[in-house]
Parts: sequence; C-alpha cells; structure tokens
Amino acid sequence: MTLRRKLVTYSLTLVTLILFLITIFPFFIIVINSAKASLEIMTSPITFPKHWGQLLTNIKIIWSKPTIRYSASLFTSVVITFFSLLTISIFSAMAAWVLVRTKSKASTFIFLLFLSGLIIPFQVVMFPLVSLFRIINETTGIPMLRTFHGMILAYIGFGAPLAVFMFHGFIKSIPKELEEAATIDGCNKAQVFFLIVMPILKPIFVTIIILNAIWIWNDFLLPSLVLGVGQDVQTIPLAIRAFAGSFVKKWDLIMTAVLMAAAPIVVGFLIAQKHIIKGMVSGSIK
Amino acid sequence: MGKKLKSKMFFWLFLAPALLSFIIVVVIPFFMGIYYSLTDWTAIAGIKPNWVGIDNYKNMFKDIAFQYSFIRTFVFTLLSVMTINFVALMLAFLVTREIKFKNFYRAGFFVPNLIGGLVLGYVWQFIFKSVIPQIGDALGIDFLSNLLLLADPTLTLFGLIFAFTWQYAGYIMMIYIAALLNVPQELIEASEVDGANFFQKFWNITFPMIAQAFTITSFLTLVNSFKQFDIIIALTNGGPSDIYKEQIVNSTELLAVHIYNVAFKYNNMAEGQARAIIFFLVLSVVSMAQVYYNKKREVEM
Repeated sequence: MTLRRKLVTYSLTLVTLILFLITIFPFFIIVINSAKASLEIMTSPITFPKHWGQLLTNIKIIWSKPTIRYSASLFTSVVITFFSLLTISIFSAMAAWVLVRTKSKASTFIFLLFLSGLIIPFQVVMFPLVSLFRIINETTGIPMLRTFHGMILAYIGFGAPLAVFMFHGFIKSIPKELEEAATIDGCNKAQVFFLIVMPILKPIFVTIIILNAIWIWNDFLLPSLVLGVGQDVQTIPLAIRAFAGSFVKKWDLIMTAVLMAAAPIVVGFLIAQKHIIKGMVSGSIK
Repeated sequence: MGKKLKSKMFFWLFLAPALLSFIIVVVIPFFMGIYYSLTDWTAIAGIKPNWVGIDNYKNMFKDIAFQYSFIRTFVFTLLSVMTINFVALMLAFLVTREIKFKNFYRAGFFVPNLIGGLVLGYVWQFIFKSVIPQIGDALGIDFLSNLLLLADPTLTLFGLIFAFTWQYAGYIMMIYIAALLNVPQELIEASEVDGANFFQKFWNITFPMIAQAFTITSFLTLVNSFKQFDIIIALTNGGPSDIYKEQIVNSTELLAVHIYNVAFKYNNMAEGQARAIIFFLVLSVVSMAQVYYNKKREVEM
C-alpha cells in the first residue's frame, strides 16, 4: 500500500470513529444518568455517577411506579408485538400467494387496493378508525378500544399493504412447477402453501418481521388512540408518555424509564444482529 | 362441489384475514373521514353529525396557525431530507470502504433506529436542556453554555432535525449500502486507470449507478419527515411560542401535530379531519412528483 493510500484509510477510520461516538453518545448519557439521584442529575449530568448502586434503586422505583406499571406494560408490548408480527406475516403471505397465483380481475383489483394503502397516511384514517371501533362495539357488543385484539387487528390492517407488496414481488419469482409437482404428489392447496411455499419465503419473512417489529414495538400514536394514554392496557411508549409527560420533570427517573424501555429491543437487536443487518440490506433494494 | 367453486372459495378464504383487516382499519375509515370532514362531527357518541359542506376547509385556510404549520412543515421536510440523505450516504460510503470493524460500525449506526421517536425525544430534550450547557461550562465555551436550543423558536426546528437525523440516517444508510455494493467494481477501476479523481468517480459513476436507491431514500425521508409526530411530542410538544402575522403560534407544531391538536386540544374533530384530508392530498402530490422527477434521472442498466 502506498503512503497516500494508507493516509486515506487512516483518516476514513478516524472520521468513522468520530461519527460512531456521536451516534452512541445519547446512549452513554442514558446509562450514566440512570444511576443518579435527582439532585446529582441536575448538577452534574455529564459525569459518571457517584454510586452505581443508585441504578438498582431507580429501577426498583420505576418497576413499582403505579403510572408506569412496568411489568404489565412490558407484557402488553410483548403480546401485542408478537401476535401482530405473527398475523401480519402469515396472513399477508397467504393473501399475496393467492393474488399471484390467481389471474382474475378480482385479484388485480385487490392487489391495487392493497397498494393504495401504502400512500394513505395514518393521519387521514386515525380519527374515523376510533369512531368505527366505537360503532363496532355499540352494534356488536365486541369491545375494540382498549383491548389487545383491537390493537392487533389495527396492526394487521396497517401492516398488510407493505407486507403483501413485498411477498407479491417475491412470490412472482418462484417457479410454478414446484407447486405443481407437490399437487401431483397429492398435496392439497393449503399443504402446498404451508409445506412448500412458506419455507421458500423465509428470507422475506425475516425482513418483514424485523421492519414491523421495530415499528410496532416503538409505535406511539396508534396505541395512544386505540388504547389511550394512562388507561388500563398500555404499551411501553404509552407508559413513558404517561410518566414523562406529567408536569414535573423528574429526569433521573425518566432516564431510568428510557433505559428500561430501550433495553429489550436493543438486546433483541444485538442477539439477532446478523439477520437484521442482512434482512435490512436485502429488503431495502426491493 | 365443483372444482372451480372450490378453488374460488379457497381464494377468498386465504385472502380474507388480511383483506378484511385492511378494509376495516383503512378503507372504511378513509371514506368515513372524507364524509366527516364535510360535517360538524364531534366524535361524541349519540350526536349525529350535520352536513356543513366545505366550511371546515374554508376555516382551515383562514387559520393563521395552519398556514404557519404548513410552511414550517415544508421547511422541516426539505432540510431533513437533505441532511438525512447527506449523512446516510456519507456513513454508507465509510462502511463500504476498506476500514476495520466495518460490520460493527454498520450495526452501531443502525442502533438509534431501534429507539422509538417518543423515547428518544425525551433523551434529546435532556441533552439539549442539561447536557449541552454543562459541556459548554466544562470546556469554557460560552456559546454552548448559552445555547438554549429548545427555547428559541428558530433554533428549535434545527434541534428537531438534528434528533431526527440521528435516529433515521442509519436506516437510510442501509439502503445506500445495498446500492453501493451493487455498483460494478470494474467501472470504478476503469475510471481509475483513466485517472479520475474521487469527485469525478462519484459524480460520473457512483451517483448515476445508485440513482434508483436515491429515489427510494428521498421518498422515504420525505414521507417520514412530513408525518413526523413522536419526536416532536416528546422533544418540544409543539413549543416554544412564536409570532406569525401578529398571532401567537407554536413554533414546532408541524402538520401531524397540528392535526392532532386541532382535534383534541381545541376539541374540533371535524376541522382536524378536514386538515388530515388536505395533509393526505399534499403528501400524495409532493411524493409522487418527487418519485416521477427522480425516476426520470435513473440510468437504465
């Protein structure tokens, strides 16, 4: 390597490192300040905490705060995210498959209908959605607002357009012969889908699950409308809002709450990191 | 049962879960929304909305706060699209080069994207209010000590752009990485043999080759900047106040927040809904124009 090349490589490495430090700086701030008491955080927000033991005290406070109800909120977030991901991916794959394999006016129209969902911003439908959920409750007696199933149904509806679109593109590239061979071997249509097609779709499943997991886990506006801020059923972002949005800014506890809200998904990311990066890169060129 | 009928039933059976959810959650509310925007809808159970025609739309255009919010949203979107794409492209360039630990850096730059806008809004609020002045004090830089980013209506928008760029650039970086890895290495090498410098290589080879990615990233950043809600709610909650056409307005009440506030804070559901419809129309026109314009510039492979 020539000296010039070496110099370029070194300076690029240095620039990357600086940008990386800027990127993780807020995380550093969260961690050091989660271990401070309220006076300490006011006077010295950029120094290391005097006693790291304060972190445990703060976690205990957040855990038992009646407004946050951390364990219940975590449970709600996990249940809603898990079932939404499961239903969005399987239902969308099923829909995309029959749409690709059935050539009819109906299938073209329905595919276009799903596509139109990609350009409708949430703001246009959010107020009427709440109103519709209330109407469903009044006419059928099934409660939709402040319920798990109402929330999951909403996520399927908003998640389906992109998922159907991505599955549709992928399924088009799968040769039909494979499915025909399975039919000759005696598979019925459902078996063809679940035993033959679904395993082939694995990479696109991973991408769709990752994209939706990040969105659903962090979503605030939709749950705030369907579940309500400060109500019985609340996800973690709603809990943070109910706590931090109140008048007095208790920064020491807010930082701890933020740490506890971010920890599950960051840990999940670190574990599945390889797949996520790969899924993001391959999903993004589509 | 006939084979054809059976296959038709199967089609609808497989389609039903996704399609019905989509119709209930998006299609029906969309048409309800258009209707509500033409009434005096209050969202209170038991009160039937009355038809008022385009009154809600007329009021909207007369409303100073709406005009201000509209302009601010455009400024915010324009600046965000530029900074996010610039930073993302720079990051993608760095981590596709021959540097050590590039996979580690890729993961690192992506991590902010995992944190929801609401949560990170509180973190940045704390950094802007407490951390930056402290750093200024520690280093003896008066500029930083007195930099009250969230108190000055002009500066606050930049605070929002900074926090949003921090969150979103790593995501857009991923798309650029995919595009950069697809640029044929032979082309770059050929130009090097011909003596092209870094900028010539970028403008004449890399940039046209990644034009397709550019269309996607501009679209995504544009739409997401325009719809920004969570970060604003947690970082500034719309404030601080500013004066526009001799009226007090909220300096960071961008359209998504404005719609929400009109509906809930000022308790006017129908007018909020009318603004949402306009929001949809403007966003559709702007984003489609953008895609059309960029598509024209893409090179055919």
